This record gives sequence, C-alpha cells and structure tokens, in this order.
Amino acid sequence: MVPLSWYIGLSAIVFTIGMIGFIIRRNIIIMLMSIELMLNAVNISLVAFSHYLQDFRGQIFVIFIITVAAAEAAIGLAILVALFKNKSAVHTDEIMEMKG
Amino acid sequence: MNVTLPFPDLAPAMPEIIIISAATVMLLLELLFKNKGVLAFIGVGIAALAMYFVPMSIGDTFGGMFKSDLYSIYFKFIFLLNLMLTIMISLQYMKREKAEYGEYYSLLLFATAGMMLMASAKDLIVLYLGLELMALSTYILAGIKKHDIRSNEAAIKYLLLGGFSSAILLYGISLLYGLTGTTDIYAISVYLKFQGSSLAVVMAMMFITAAFCFKIAAAPFHMWAPDVYEGAPTSVTAFMSIGPKAAGFAVIGRMFYVAFQSMQADWVPVLIGISVITMAVGNILAITQTNIKRMLAYSSIAHAGYMLIGIIAGTSEGLSAMITYLLIYTFMNMGAFAIIILLDRGDEIKDYEGLAKSRPLVAGLMLVFMFSLTGIPPTAGFIGKFNLFLAAVQAGYAWLVVIAVMFSAVSAYYYLRIVMNMYMKDMKEEASISPSPTLALAIVITVMMVFAIGIMPSLVIG
Repeated sequence: MVPLSWYIGLSAIVFTIGMIGFIIRRNIIIMLMSIELMLNAVNISLVAFSHYLQDFRGQIFVIFIITVAAAEAAIGLAILVALFKNKSAVHTDEIMEMKG
Repeated sequence: MNVTLPFPDLAPAMPEIIIISAATVMLLLELLFKNKGVLAFIGVGIAALAMYFVPMSIGDTFGGMFKSDLYSIYFKFIFLLNLMLTIMISLQYMKREKAEYGEYYSLLLFATAGMMLMASAKDLIVLYLGLELMALSTYILAGIKKHDIRSNEAAIKYLLLGGFSSAILLYGISLLYGLTGTTDIYAISVYLKFQGSSLAVVMAMMFITAAFCFKIAAAPFHMWAPDVYEGAPTSVTAFMSIGPKAAGFAVIGRMFYVAFQSMQADWVPVLIGISVITMAVGNILAITQTNIKRMLAYSSIAHAGYMLIGIIAGTSEGLSAMITYLLIYTFMNMGAFAIIILLDRGDEIKDYEGLAKSRPLVAGLMLVFMFSLTGIPPTAGFIGKFNLFLAAVQAGYAWLVVIAVMFSAVSAYYYLRIVMNMYMKDMKEEASISPSPTLALAIVITVMMVFAIGIMPSLVIG
C-alpha cells in the first residue's frame, strides 16, 4: 500500500513542474500543455484523497475536471488556429500588439 | 435491485434552466434567421423572463448542491441586468464590426448562466463548473472578431491566464477537500469551526484567494485585464468588466463569509494588502493610458479594490454595500461603454477632443458617467462609495477608508481628463456617431439609474 503522502508529494511536484513551465516557457502550445499538467496534478491528489477518505466526491470531481479540461483545450487550440491564420506565430514574444 | 432517485425540485434553479435551454435553442435558431438581430431580441426577452423567476426561486435543490438565497438573488439580478444591457449595446455594434454571429448572443447567455451558477453554488464542484461555463464562454466572446489580430490576442491571453488561475483554484480546492473530507461549502465551514485551522488550510485558502483575484482582476493578478479589455470587442469588454467581476465577488463573499468564517483573522490582512495594492496599481497606471478602453480596464481594477473593502469589513453591512456598489458600477460602467460604442471613433482618449462642440448631448452623457465613476454627487457613484466607506468605518477600518479616498481623488485626474478633452480642447474634426434605438434605450436606462440612485439612494439601500 502506497501511503497518501507519496501521492500528495507527486501531485505537488507535477503541479510545480506545470507552474514553472507555464511561467518560463514562451510557446503557447507548451503553455497549454503546462496548464494540462497542473490540472492532472490536481486530479492525482483528488483521487488519492478520495480513496483515502473512502468518499466518492473526489472521483466525481475528477471526471468533471477532465471534461472541462478537454473543452478548454479545444477552445484554446481553436483560438490559436485563428491567431495563426492572421499572424504566423505561436510565441508570446511575437504576439504583442498591445502593451502598456 | 431498483434504485429510484428523487426528482430534484426545479423551482430554485428555474432562472438558470431558462437561460441554459434558451441558449441551446438559440444555437439552432441561428441557422434559421439571416438577421441575427432577432436573436438579440429573443435574448433580452429570455433575460427578462429569467429575471421574473429570480425572486421566486428561494430554496436548496439538487441534493443541497445548489442554494438560491437572498444573497444569490441580488447577484442574479445584476448578471441579468448586465446581460440585457450588453445585448442592447451590441446589436448595432456587432453589425458595424462585421462580427455578427448568432453564437454571440448564445454565448452571452451561457456566460450569464455560469455566473448565476457561481452565485448559487453551495458545493465546490458546482462552483467550479459554473466558473468554467462562464470563463470558457467569455474566452470565445473576447476572440469573436476572428479576423482581428487584437481580438485573437486578447482571447489567447485571457484563456492562458484564466486556465492558469483555474488550475490554481483547483489545487486549493483539492487540498481543502483532502483536509475537510467534503466539498460542501457549509460543511467545510462547520468542520473548520470545530477542528480549527492549520497551515495547510491557510495554504488552500491562499490558492483559492489568488484564483479569484484573477477573476476580479485584483493586483497583483491583474496583468491580463488591460490587454484583454483593449483587444476584445467593446461590447464584450463592457460585459466582461461587470459580469465575471461580480461573479468573482459573489464567490469570494460566500467563501469568506461562510466557508472561512472562523478564519477571519487569517484572511483579513491578506485582503487588506490586496485591496490597497489593487487601488494603487489601478489608479496610478490609469493615469498614463492613451486608450480609453485600457484606461477603463485600470479603472475597473481600481473599483475591484474599493469593492474588496466591503468584504474586509466583515459585516453584513459591508457585504450589502459591496453588492450595491456592484449594481451602481453596472450602470455607470455600462453607460460609459455605451458612449464609446456610440462614437464611430472613440477608442483613443484624443478622439474625445472637442466633442462638446460637435456633439453636446453625447459629451454631456459621457460627463455624467465620468463624474459617477469618480464618485461626485449627485450621481450614483457617490452613493456607492459613501455607502461602502461608511460600512468600513463602522467596522473599524477608518485608516483603510482614508487610503481609498486618497486613491479616489487620484482617479479624478484620469476621469476628468476625458471631460477636459471634451469641453476645453478644440475640435479637430466633426465626431460621427452611429445611434440605434436599442443603444439609445441602454443609454437612457443607465443615465436615468445613475441619477435616480444618486438622488434617491433609498432605491438600492436598505
């Protein structure tokens, strides 16, 4: 039996990797992937807590998070395609029409 | 084995059900009508119908996950008002911008339904789903001018930072769930009252606070707001500057007054810090702006700072003053955006030079909204600020009110700069306007409410 703290530790590590990735990477697709990583870190901890507490709410929540994450990825990529048609760039440094 | 689930009582959720079914049907109707204006009128009608059902919708339903009480009813009223005014001001504008898609109205309805779910959420799962319904719809709305690169850029920035903030929110929620063993906001409150807080609970609270500060555009989580407000179509900016902000405040109010009630000593200092930084950043950075939508973005950041004072007060007077302020803010901000839409060229502050000479009425109306945003009597803005600051003084935060009033004086500089441009500068060219009946109606409603609340505050207070 793997203790709960291991799962929580794994979740915290994956979340931190996602967070750092979001902050330091400048490619929009990688930034979207980092958000996905953060959401999945949350899923790990929710499932671990759910099993530990013997309560199903956490697992139900995970299903919802996966669904919403899929919708979010679809919208994000759609916006990115629209952006790419107007200006061939996926780098945040190149997408700076507005500043100040 | 036969398991029968009790059919939920639908009455408390009736307004949401109406809005969501109407939005779904409108997606199909979009194919039938060539003139998308029809959908706009349907949208306003649906919002009015939902508003009629709102006061009758008190009660808990869906296994206690959905709670409609007086608090959520006030917020739903603001959301529906925001929806109606947005549809009114966008009818002509979207045609002019060549972005007249039927989905636009449907998405506005979906976003509003998301906000209403957030205000009514009694469970963190419902809260998250409402939040995402609102957020995903507004991402698309921000980018609805799909051939305009600035609109695309606004949408992608909003999506990236919005997704990041909801991931942070979820991490906070997962910690809270692990610690308390429940996702019910009221059960969390009971647990924390009897078990006391721990470092981990404080950490979870910080994650949740940070995520909602993103939504209400409070500093230091405000960076997305100016770019998104500037790039998005003006009608969507008007919608976003009120709806998601009000929804964020609805949730902050419920989380801090219910779930974290026993931890007041932990969250008050945090919110005071955020509020002061927000007022400073919003008001000071607004001074240097040359684009009026960007300026109003910083102004809306500053207003979020004022509204946080209502939460900090920690009393029911503070909470009701915040809701009143949000209602007043809806009218004055929507009015200002309606004037921007009315002008054919009104995005830059220098476009307003000499407006009083070519369009005295338009300039006069803009003057009213700018005075109201500054908080000068007899406009509603004054009543809102007075009420809010009074509640904070009564709760013993006089020094915080002094800071807020000082920043409020700073705000006069950039609001009145527009007035100065309109009345004291020479006209460069005749300003052209494109009026429409619905836009005129929206302006009449907002300006009337700004004066009515300013002269008879008893309309909204008490």
